[in-house]
Amino acid sequence: MSARDHILRRLRSAPQTDAPQAPDARAFHAAERARQPVEDRAARIARFCEKMAFWHGEVVKVTRRNWIGKVRELCAAKGVATLLYGARTAHGKELAAAGVAGLAPYERPIEEWKQALFENIDAGITSTRGGIAETGTLIVWPDASEPRLMSLVPPIHFALLDAGQLYDTLLDAMFDQRWSGADGNPLPANALLVSGPSKTADIQVTLAYGAHGPKELIVLLLVDEEELR
Amino acid sequence: MNARERQSAPAAQFGQRAAAAVADAHLRKSFRGAMDFLIARRAAQFPDAGALERQRALAEQIRQYSLARLPDLLEQLERKLTENGIRVHWAEDAGEANAIIVGIARRHAAKRVVKGKSMVSEEVGLNHALEAAGIEALESDMGEYIVQLDGEKPSHIIMPAIHKTKEQIARLFAEKVPGARYTESVDELIGIGRAVLREKFMRAEIGLSGVNFAVAETGTLCLVENEGNGRMCTTVPEVHIAITGIEKVVEKLEHVPPLFGLLTRSATGQATTTYLNLISGPRKPGEKDGRNAELDGPKEVHLVLVDNGRTQAYADRQLRATLQCIRCGACMNHCPVYTRIGGHAYGTTYPGPIGEIVSPHLIGLAATHALPTASTLCGACGEVCPVKIPIPDLLIRLRGEAQHDARPGHAPLVGQGAARSALMDFVWAGWAALYTRPALYRAFAWLATRFRALTPPVQPGWTASRTPLKPAARTLREQLLERGERN
Repeated sequence: MSARDHILRRLRSAPQTDAPQAPDARAFHAAERARQPVEDRAARIARFCEKMAFWHGEVVKVTRRNWIGKVRELCAAKGVATLLYGARTAHGKELAAAGVAGLAPYERPIEEWKQALFENIDAGITSTRGGIAETGTLIVWPDASEPRLMSLVPPIHFALLDAGQLYDTLLDAMFDQRWSGADGNPLPANALLVSGPSKTADIQVTLAYGAHGPKELIVLLLVDEEELR
Repeated sequence: MNARERQSAPAAQFGQRAAAAVADAHLRKSFRGAMDFLIARRAAQFPDAGALERQRALAEQIRQYSLARLPDLLEQLERKLTENGIRVHWAEDAGEANAIIVGIARRHAAKRVVKGKSMVSEEVGLNHALEAAGIEALESDMGEYIVQLDGEKPSHIIMPAIHKTKEQIARLFAEKVPGARYTESVDELIGIGRAVLREKFMRAEIGLSGVNFAVAETGTLCLVENEGNGRMCTTVPEVHIAITGIEKVVEKLEHVPPLFGLLTRSATGQATTTYLNLISGPRKPGEKDGRNAELDGPKEVHLVLVDNGRTQAYADRQLRATLQCIRCGACMNHCPVYTRIGGHAYGTTYPGPIGEIVSPHLIGLAATHALPTASTLCGACGEVCPVKIPIPDLLIRLRGEAQHDARPGHAPLVGQGAARSALMDFVWAGWAALYTRPALYRAFAWLATRFRALTPPVQPGWTASRTPLKPAARTLREQLLERGERN
């Protein structure tokens, strides 16, 4: 018999306990939500900004009209000479069409340019599938056109977030976007929640940013003109 | 040497190591400061006691439900992971787990394995096994990297280098990292580690990680981290191997957020960590003509499911609760014993209260029977446990199991009755005889009180830190009789 069979046999021969009822996270979540006041879009945006700032993430409110200009400004201010982007995405095409300087498309398998990615790229820009206001979190689903390392290796990560895709909690996002795949999009090979730049407190519980991943996270939050204030 | 042999010797000298740790003022200051900090941070995350209790009840239910269905969920997990392109391996013990991983490394002719945080890999002694096979195993979690650089083991499951001051780390880096200059700036020290480890992420053929939760319905491995080294290990090298205990599986994706929320807030007092990394497959090859092929991510993903004594805990209705653990470390942070002696004194991979109840299953009671006694039974561990493991009850149970044969209806644990001694059996037999025979008891009590002057001033095990025990001049019974006559 294999190790697998031995382990499963031992588990199956163990005394049965009274199996607890199947946990219902959805019902629990609904009950908890009912205890709290419902937040509107403005409150959700405000909460997201506050929480993301707590994680040392920088939130810059932009509109469809001015976001590329903001990217240019931020790149200039931070000395970004090379900006990694997904050339096949809609926002990537917009960036290229606007002639943003220093654009570097991620178009070859990592094996072919690993060292250059680690050493020569200043920043990466990716889309997000939404955000979570409660914890100041981005939902990032890498795919063929925006690979996984774009949000990890470059020292600066720019993330585009549509304020209309802000959820109150992680469970709200999971349920609404049907992550479990039964009747929606199954999870991609790699899905990420990102809350701020990478950090560590492993030396004398002193917080330091830029542990292994990005040192800076800049969220370009797409809002309506009147929400720019 | 397997993990059991390696760890049984150190665990046996628990008393001496604990005494040495208590006498180390620096160490005690480090731990007291860090634990106070973590306690305060956790408390700030749970301002509403009612809400916390509701969340703990749900988390306990999720873990108990998952364990009740464990064999089915493991099979479902294996099926879904396989569908997703992740290869699943099963290991009964440390040796098998290491052999599987060394085998994968050899197949790829790998020279370097870069490791994200994995307590199970520490548990099975993977680094030794890899090094014995001529493969470099490098820890990449900052704390783990520091500890490994100094030839030590982690002293806390979440904060491995908590026992070290920044001055000690500054000296260590200046001495051991080529080209590093002495600096006490934490930012600069982290910068040194970052530079060294980025080079390693780039070069390693294999990345290794642990798993925080494995989701059966979607075939997903969830990794919780702040640093990004876990993402590096699971994304940059061509091969990713995840290793985890068989107990980490949950049925549904929706079971993850309640556990994740309690894990991060209980562990470090964070509402969330920087990253939650959900891995459901290797790099996708795309269509036949290569369109939509993913450009990065590992080409191979493996999961090694490790038993290593967990089925022993599972076989007992009460001890099964041990497997509810989500490894937050809150029990250690709140333990008055852990805070005073630190993590190394335990001599086991998992220190503190959770280590006291899990280690006997992993390496046997013979090597660990002293550990369940390293508790004042104050109950703090059970009170803060986010999944409501009744740790004090389990400590008492294991203390008993170390002293006697298995009770009827229970299978003996590995090392059952290991703390038993002929002297102790004799003393307890005498005690039972005295207390079940009134005449004998009265005679003994009379003698003990009349000859109290003969009580030895040195009573081994007691007078080391207490005043000698001396019977009263008259027995309680005599004193009460006297009082009755007076009134």
